[in-house]
Amino acid sequence: MKIRLFAALALAAGAAWANPHEKTLANGLRIIVQEDRRAPTAVHMVWYRAGSMDETDGTSGVAHVLEHMMFKGTRTLKPGEFNKRVAAAGGRDNAFTSLDYTAYFQQVPAQRLGEMMALEADRMANLVLDAGEFEQEIKVVMEERRLRTEDNPQSLVHEKQMAAAFQAHPYRRPIIGWMNDLENMTAADARDWYRRWYAPNNAYVIVVGDVSKDEVFRLADKHYGKVPRRALPERKPQAEPAQVGVKRLSVKAPAKLPYLSLAWKAPALRDLHNEREPYALEMLAGVLDGHEAARLSKNLVRGAKLAVSVGAGYDATVRGEALFVVSGTPAEGRGVAELETALRGEIARVANEGVGADELERVRVQLIAAQVYKRDSMMAQAMEIGRLEAAGVRWRDIGTLIEKLRGVTAAEVQAVAKKYFGDDSLTVAALDPQPLPEGGKQKSVSAGRH
Amino acid sequence: MFRCLIAGLLGLVAIAAQAGPKIEHWTAPSGARVFFIESRVVPIVDVQLDFAAGGAYAAEGKAGVAGLTRSLMGMGAGELDEEQIAERLADTGAMMGGGADQDRASISLRSLSAPREREAALELLRLVLQQPSFSAAVLDREKARTVAGIREADTRPGSIAAKRFAAALYPGHPYGRVPTAESVEKVSRDDLLAFYRSNYGAKRAVVSIIGDVSRAEAEALAQRLTAGLPQAPEKVSLPEAALPAKNTVRVDHPAQQAHIHVGLPALRRGDPDTIPLLVGNYVLGGGGFVSRLMKEVRERRGYAYSVYSYFQPQRERGPFQIGLQTKREQAQAALKVVEEVLAEFLAGGPSEAELKAAKRNLADGFPLRIDSNRKLLEYLSVIGFYDLPLTYLDDFPRKVEAVTAADIRAAFQKHVKTDHMITVIVGGE
Repeated sequence: MKIRLFAALALAAGAAWANPHEKTLANGLRIIVQEDRRAPTAVHMVWYRAGSMDETDGTSGVAHVLEHMMFKGTRTLKPGEFNKRVAAAGGRDNAFTSLDYTAYFQQVPAQRLGEMMALEADRMANLVLDAGEFEQEIKVVMEERRLRTEDNPQSLVHEKQMAAAFQAHPYRRPIIGWMNDLENMTAADARDWYRRWYAPNNAYVIVVGDVSKDEVFRLADKHYGKVPRRALPERKPQAEPAQVGVKRLSVKAPAKLPYLSLAWKAPALRDLHNEREPYALEMLAGVLDGHEAARLSKNLVRGAKLAVSVGAGYDATVRGEALFVVSGTPAEGRGVAELETALRGEIARVANEGVGADELERVRVQLIAAQVYKRDSMMAQAMEIGRLEAAGVRWRDIGTLIEKLRGVTAAEVQAVAKKYFGDDSLTVAALDPQPLPEGGKQKSVSAGRH
Repeated sequence: MFRCLIAGLLGLVAIAAQAGPKIEHWTAPSGARVFFIESRVVPIVDVQLDFAAGGAYAAEGKAGVAGLTRSLMGMGAGELDEEQIAERLADTGAMMGGGADQDRASISLRSLSAPREREAALELLRLVLQQPSFSAAVLDREKARTVAGIREADTRPGSIAAKRFAAALYPGHPYGRVPTAESVEKVSRDDLLAFYRSNYGAKRAVVSIIGDVSRAEAEALAQRLTAGLPQAPEKVSLPEAALPAKNTVRVDHPAQQAHIHVGLPALRRGDPDTIPLLVGNYVLGGGGFVSRLMKEVRERRGYAYSVYSYFQPQRERGPFQIGLQTKREQAQAALKVVEEVLAEFLAGGPSEAELKAAKRNLADGFPLRIDSNRKLLEYLSVIGFYDLPLTYLDDFPRKVEAVTAADIRAAFQKHVKTDHMITVIVGGE
């Protein structure tokens, strides 16, 4: 299966891996182009290497607030006009902020790419942060926080878990920002953020679609080329000091079922050619939760019926520090203590008994299949390049990453399972479900109102 | 942290067109209707089967049987138990998906198109479709998981609002029957078998195929997947969904935000007013950041992160729905804005400038809606399942361009009748 599948992959991805083209403009902006002629559309993305990890205390959430403000007008464009122009081009647009980066994108008919570049280049340099617009938009962001975090018990657990796991490293702050910081944020804070980080030499552009690289480079030069390079602030590493004992926290929120999340400090991938452990940890996550037949669901949801859902995740390609997270919701009548024991038991079993060759092979198959499937989506291709580049991994190395992952041995998986899952680097967060005060009862039915 | 949660709104009513890809259609010897697009760009194949076996086909008091039948079909079939199915699927790199809504139960498969992988994956799909075991032990476990999920959902303001909205829109109609802990606990293995035998017949099936296979291969695989399905009767029609009396439902909840839904049963699939409603709704609340609701509720007042409207056409009248979440203290003020925007739109329709902008986005943006196999598969299955014309995608731009402001006003007044409007507010003051 392995050899055949890999042949299929090579065949499928040959064009893709030979394909991305790159050019750096004089102002430091990198342009990455993936020609994909399957449909007359294109994805255009601008990624800034500025995420919530670059914020400071007191203005948490400003990266994301600025993302919202980027739609609120430039020297020549009225608030809301950006969206209108994209819509008029038949396109869709949005943006997202993470711990590591902020990114903006448009999906458009391919012949409209130049207009999109003109719009993005304009707001890279000419944003107007109007105080009145800010005052309205910060309310929207607070509503977003209420929706995503305050009224979402599992999000609350994760927010508080990150805040506990990291004491020095900026990953301790939530991307959306603390509510009190949002309440006290000003247009000046957003302006300051924009001036610090929104420079061509702190960004890269990704285009995937029915385009020719030469034309894209020409358009990029025309539109982005005139944005001046700027000196960037120094970035301090703010490394987390070694954790020296288990941390436990409990979060009360209205819910029916408890929820448990276990997060261990784990190494991030810094040297993709010489390190081995991050790849082994990725494969361990795959063995635990990489597909339908993976261990956690098989053993704890279907086998022991101890949980209604379980999951495992580890992302080696981050700018900051990495966590290996295992989580789950206990079945009715079962508790988080029991689930914790069982989840840790699954990792201990890998540490003690290792993993089978067939199990590892199954995870490799998923990796390869995913590389083929991603080609059905221009957006997925652009996202893969964008995320890796954000973490400092070049698109040229995607093939190397896959090769390294495929080369992980059972012994390496067992070794990392032994090494990284002790008590001392663990943060345990549990949701303590609280009954609804009024039981969610219907208050009144009044006909004919409104 | 997306600036807007628009993903959930896509794929409801949202199609436009210049010229779609070539759709081939035939009826397999089994009686299943097949819809096929050959696409050799990526070495993959996607197959989806849709059956008239959604929640609306469950007997009264058995809400939940459609979803459980569908999910257990992947959990043991022929000689294979659920672990063997999961392992074999993983070994081929294939993915099985799907689910059940009110009208449809769907099973989809994505596989690499190389013959060995494709063959192994299709054989699994055939077993899952034709020889589901419906193991009693698996059923007990899945019932427990479903019940736990329902009880959890019943604490969440968004889920409560959605359920109350469905119940208020469709009193006495199958679309209003929502699975409850009690109804799920009553579902037996015999119920699953009976539901499977009477709803998963080839004549109730639509097979959609897109990808790296020839017409001949597609014909063979469609027949193979449907030949051994149960001899179920042809699909039965659902009762017409009556319009409810205007009503407001309020539910207490301690959440920081109130969740508000406004709407009514409004649109059948295939209704000739669909295009004017789609174009009009783009202006009202479907066009993301450029819609009137977004402008008035979010941009101008900062009342909500997400506010939207959509039509969800179904076999019988599917809902028109406006939704938003807002700080509990300002729920009434936000609702008032929504009602004013809607009333003004119903009375006046779109301006010429708004209409033009909507047409540009919907017509010019057509290629974006069909630029992947995954997106095309969904259109194939909707065209097939709801008996829409094969030229549906091709016709779209012309129809969008032909819409007038008067058409939109008339269509909205006909389908969005304020005398029958339901408002649900969960939380708030």
